Amino acid sequence: MKTLIKNGIFNGNKIDLLIVDNKIAKLQESIDEQVDKTIDAKGLTILPAFVDMHTHLREPGFEYKEDIETGSKAAVAGGYASVCCMPNTKPVIDNKYIVSYIIHRAKEVNLAKVYPIGAITVGLKGEMMSEMGKLKQAGIVAVSDDGCPVSTAQMMRLALEYAKDFDLPVLSHCEDKSLVDNGVVNEGANSSKAGLNGIPSAAEEVMVSREIILAGMLNTKVHICHVSTKGSVSLIRDAKKRGIKVTCETCPHYICGTDDLILSFNANSKVNPPLREEQDRQAIIEGLLDGTIDVIATDHAPHSKQEKEIEYQLAANGISGLESAFALCYTELVSKGRMSLEKLSYLMSEAPAKIMNIPCGEIKEGGLADITLVDLNEKYKIDSKKFFSKGKNTPFDGWEVQGRVKYTFVEGELKYEA
Amino acid sequence: MKKDFLGLENVSKEEIQELLDRAKFMKAQIKQGNKALDILKGKSIVTLFYENSTRTRCSFEDACMYLGASVCNVEVGTSSVQKGECLVDTAVTLDKMMTDAIIIRHSMAGAPAIIAQHTNASVINAGDGMHEHPTQALLDMFSMEERFGTLKGLTVSIIGDIKHSRVAKSNIIGLSKMGAKVKVYGPNTLMPWSFDGFDCTVCKSIDDAFIGSDVVMGLRIQLERQMRGLFPSNSEYTRFYGITSDRMAKANNGAVVMHPGPVNRGVEISYDVLDSDICIKDEQVTNGVATRMALLESVCI
Repeated sequence: MKTLIKNGIFNGNKIDLLIVDNKIAKLQESIDEQVDKTIDAKGLTILPAFVDMHTHLREPGFEYKEDIETGSKAAVAGGYASVCCMPNTKPVIDNKYIVSYIIHRAKEVNLAKVYPIGAITVGLKGEMMSEMGKLKQAGIVAVSDDGCPVSTAQMMRLALEYAKDFDLPVLSHCEDKSLVDNGVVNEGANSSKAGLNGIPSAAEEVMVSREIILAGMLNTKVHICHVSTKGSVSLIRDAKKRGIKVTCETCPHYICGTDDLILSFNANSKVNPPLREEQDRQAIIEGLLDGTIDVIATDHAPHSKQEKEIEYQLAANGISGLESAFALCYTELVSKGRMSLEKLSYLMSEAPAKIMNIPCGEIKEGGLADITLVDLNEKYKIDSKKFFSKGKNTPFDGWEVQGRVKYTFVEGELKYEA
Repeated sequence: MKKDFLGLENVSKEEIQELLDRAKFMKAQIKQGNKALDILKGKSIVTLFYENSTRTRCSFEDACMYLGASVCNVEVGTSSVQKGECLVDTAVTLDKMMTDAIIIRHSMAGAPAIIAQHTNASVINAGDGMHEHPTQALLDMFSMEERFGTLKGLTVSIIGDIKHSRVAKSNIIGLSKMGAKVKVYGPNTLMPWSFDGFDCTVCKSIDDAFIGSDVVMGLRIQLERQMRGLFPSNSEYTRFYGITSDRMAKANNGAVVMHPGPVNRGVEISYDVLDSDICIKDEQVTNGVATRMALLESVCI
């Protein structure tokens, strides 16, 4: 199978790109060749397809929120060729059968590449380690108890030590539940104003500190999920300076949103960790720019309408993120001149692939043809009703953004066309 | 355009003054025994209470009936919120019965705002979680204005569980709009993280909370706060944060003590203060009916 992408833009230059099977065969100013399919990419920028290291696909168990098919459709529509799905399914991804099921189902769906993440502890209960070795053989790429933080330091210590034997990244959801108490939004001026219980920044930072100390003591790697506070950024920056092997991610909603969004009581702004304040948002952007934050991941967390259109306090946590991630980040970071497109592309593709030890696209001859074509000039309004994801839950609905994903290729096959 | 009354945050100084002025008329009517007005004749109003309340619900019901509206009470136990019909569905059902106004009390912040987006009926907030209790603040302001002639320049101290109190918040918002000076005081564990956006000063000591004050407002201490360890004991609370006659002696001449009720006698306010003339909590109750009548009139017509 040969596909020719004509007149694309790469590194600012006009270029033709020839895909043969799953690889980029040629990358030249002009290619004329007999092919099966030609795509006119005039005005479109060629990027390595995105890699999401933090996705909730909800299947098995919560198919009313999302399933592997709708989640995969959302992924390719968002420009993602690869997604790593979190284990808080029902049953939990803590045994090889669930891993095999997810991999099998994703192959049937045949859209994005789906890499399961196994649970750190059985049932995400924080008590007994899961069979990480068997899970790895079945196909997981990392372990995490995302959504249910590993509450004791001893359990996390054991997990970090044991996961190292299998070269499995440990992704830590940092949240001290005792400090969260009954909080549902960031603790600050807006929580007082809205009368909603607050979650202090310290709830995240106390556990970020713990993971840094453990990783230092064990001289092993740890990855911090969804960093949301200024304090976490500074703790991680300092740890990196000291040579501790800590990496971390943040999400589009911490780059673009603040807790001003809670004031309407629209629970689509409810997410864990919560949207923070402007000073945190600025610190997150600083952290991305100076390399403290390694990755932009979506934490795509689809929910049904009946879990969001209720009392804020009762609503589920999470934002449906795959289909708006690139546009939100491009608009906030690149079009405002704070970050280069290359850097954003790196944060959304190569950087997460490296941490997860999975392949990603590379725009060069011989590179894997996981490719996304984007129109960087197109301005549009985010319309959650049009999401492929079952989760229409986003506080960014109606936001004016710039940068639209037009085509997504996965291993050389066209999987999405706008 | 339907008119909702969700909080004092989006109500202007002029609108508040209008309501207070109109409440004066309403109070005169009911004081004369004139409780069969026809101002809201033909209007139907529902009270939807997800949280128990005797005084607020009765006060609203009386206000409706005195104005000639028909009123229907829907009582929902908190448990059925989670088991049964969801908030929006309940509100839409009531709305489709051609209700003119829904008066809602809920233990969670934002519930009135959520239903207001789904109903044609006007929504009145009768207290939502730790967010606002705007009609309580209206009646408090009415009571102060009645006593002192004007709110402008008045110094009001609010003492107690500021963090969890919707009464405190609505009063801070309303009073500061009307030109009063608001001071707050309470145990650190019962103070909000931030007062950004609230025009009030935080007192440095309990004495500071009384000196120079015209009004000292106590707030109900919820027993469950003590159970959760936010303060050590009721007697410790009374000793360090209670409203007592010794402390009231430091306030301005003619100062009054207020309380939204129900009072934990001898905890927030000492027995002697509660039973003295300077405590106007009973007058507040009558004023509650009058101000709610004024509000219902403005919302429904």
